[in-house]
Amino acid sequence: MSTEIRMLSTTAILGYGFPEASLKAGMDRHPHVIGADGGSVDPGPHYLGSGKPFCSPIAIRRDLRLMLNAAVRAGIPLMIGTCGGAGGAPHLDLVAGMARDIARQDGLHFKMATIDAEQDKDSVKRRVAASRVKPLARQPALTDETIGRSARIVGMMGPEPFIAALEAGAQVVLAGRTSDPAPWAAAAMRAGLPPAPAWYAGKMLECGATPSVPKGHDCLMVTVRDDHVECEPTNPVRHCTPLSVANHSLHENSSPVHHIEPGGMLDTSDCRFDAVSDRAVRISGMRWNPAAQYTVKLEGVELAGYRSICVCGTRDPLLIGRLDDFIDSVRNEVAAKAAAFGAGPGSYQLGIRIYGRDGVMAGREPVRDAASHELGFVLEVVSAHSQDMASAVLGMARTNMLHTDFPGRLCREGNMAFPFSPSDIEVGPVYRFSIYHVAELDDPLEPFPIHYETL
Amino acid sequence: MALIKDLAKVCKSKNAGPFDLTVDVVFGDAATFQRVEETGVLCAGLFARLYSVAEQHVLFTPYAAAFAFKATFPRLVPAGDFGDTDVYGCQQHAPLLDVDLPI
Repeated sequence: MSTEIRMLSTTAILGYGFPEASLKAGMDRHPHVIGADGGSVDPGPHYLGSGKPFCSPIAIRRDLRLMLNAAVRAGIPLMIGTCGGAGGAPHLDLVAGMARDIARQDGLHFKMATIDAEQDKDSVKRRVAASRVKPLARQPALTDETIGRSARIVGMMGPEPFIAALEAGAQVVLAGRTSDPAPWAAAAMRAGLPPAPAWYAGKMLECGATPSVPKGHDCLMVTVRDDHVECEPTNPVRHCTPLSVANHSLHENSSPVHHIEPGGMLDTSDCRFDAVSDRAVRISGMRWNPAAQYTVKLEGVELAGYRSICVCGTRDPLLIGRLDDFIDSVRNEVAAKAAAFGAGPGSYQLGIRIYGRDGVMAGREPVRDAASHELGFVLEVVSAHSQDMASAVLGMARTNMLHTDFPGRLCREGNMAFPFSPSDIEVGPVYRFSIYHVAELDDPLEPFPIHYETL
Repeated sequence: MALIKDLAKVCKSKNAGPFDLTVDVVFGDAATFQRVEETGVLCAGLFARLYSVAEQHVLFTPYAAAFAFKATFPRLVPAGDFGDTDVYGCQQHAPLLDVDLPI
């Protein structure tokens, strides 16, 4: 008799929200496990660097409360990967703390595992020294200097730590940085299903109802069997079609056919997408090629400076007609005045983003001759030294955008419309990705310690 | 002749990690996919030209099972670095919309 496992993903990222009725409809079909992805590298380096959550704690708590109540009452596991958006120690602590609060407030009792993914710098240096770290995406070889400068480093765990936590009897598994499909692959493989459909199921479940139409943040039920996966959204307003599912198979991957995961590669070259109803799609034909060497991705960021920004716009056709010269004048004024108060040219970067011209595509914008009647600007200064210095240089840029003269100027009271008072915003520390490598492991559990507690 | 925006069911861009951008064009059925593939217009060279990137840095993969073409190539600026305009990379598809397919 063939095994079947049903898994319910509530939303694309914990804190994006989902209709409560969709969760109930999913629970009515008796899933074996529920969960949601907790984050992504996609929102950029800030969250990993700052330790702050990507979604608001208020929104995360709402989603987590509903899911904890549903899972504990049904007696099934709940798994969240990449807690808090970036999956570092502070992110995991935040979500684990919420789970403890909710358990106490709602009278829920369960065994909880937390799996840490933050990597201390010395351990990463030891891996580099042992020649077990390789660069990804054209990055340079990792050095002790780069590791030393990093603000935070995480390893991206595979399914093994989740399997270990479930084997140890944890009902709720909260993890730091995780390969998006890994918790789902773990649950399916632990149920005895082969890796190929197990990983494919994870690829579908990692974004909630994203493989359905109309796209929205909502719940998706996936049934995994020996040689195929079936996807169906639980909200009756949505449905999966072969096109919607095939489209999702392209999501955020370099290749549509070769998906590299910690223990191997999911090959989707010969997948078939067949409608099994007007709402459900069956995917078959996926293959799993185990890797000779087990690897996990390392992600790290470092401080790049401090940013202040300002938003403004012009409706003056005379200015728009000679914008490049005007911007040059502003830059020259700012450079001179900033140098006068100690901000030398190498100590900050000034960005003048022009919306209505090439604000979205910058150097790759092919349209160069469009004339807009108004243009929006985002002025930006990143200071290597301090927030105060960023704001000082930004203030100079804002003043000069407003008041710098240009030939033929009629708008002598000011060049820019500012929508806000105050006009300048201190954005805080700015981070950049500095580590994007893979580490070879002999033991997939070793960098990811698991802690258990009973609530 | 047909423009991609009139013929495709999906035309989108997104990050594939912090350093790469991936662009997908998906058609509605196998016959359309095959006709488009036979034109040879969708290829690594097209993306190299539209996105000012060296052709050897474009990973181009037709994916017949999904009636789709995917191209992945380096971002202009890594996600979130100074000068990045599109942290998620999801608004970089527009140059493809007006590509003319001789079918």
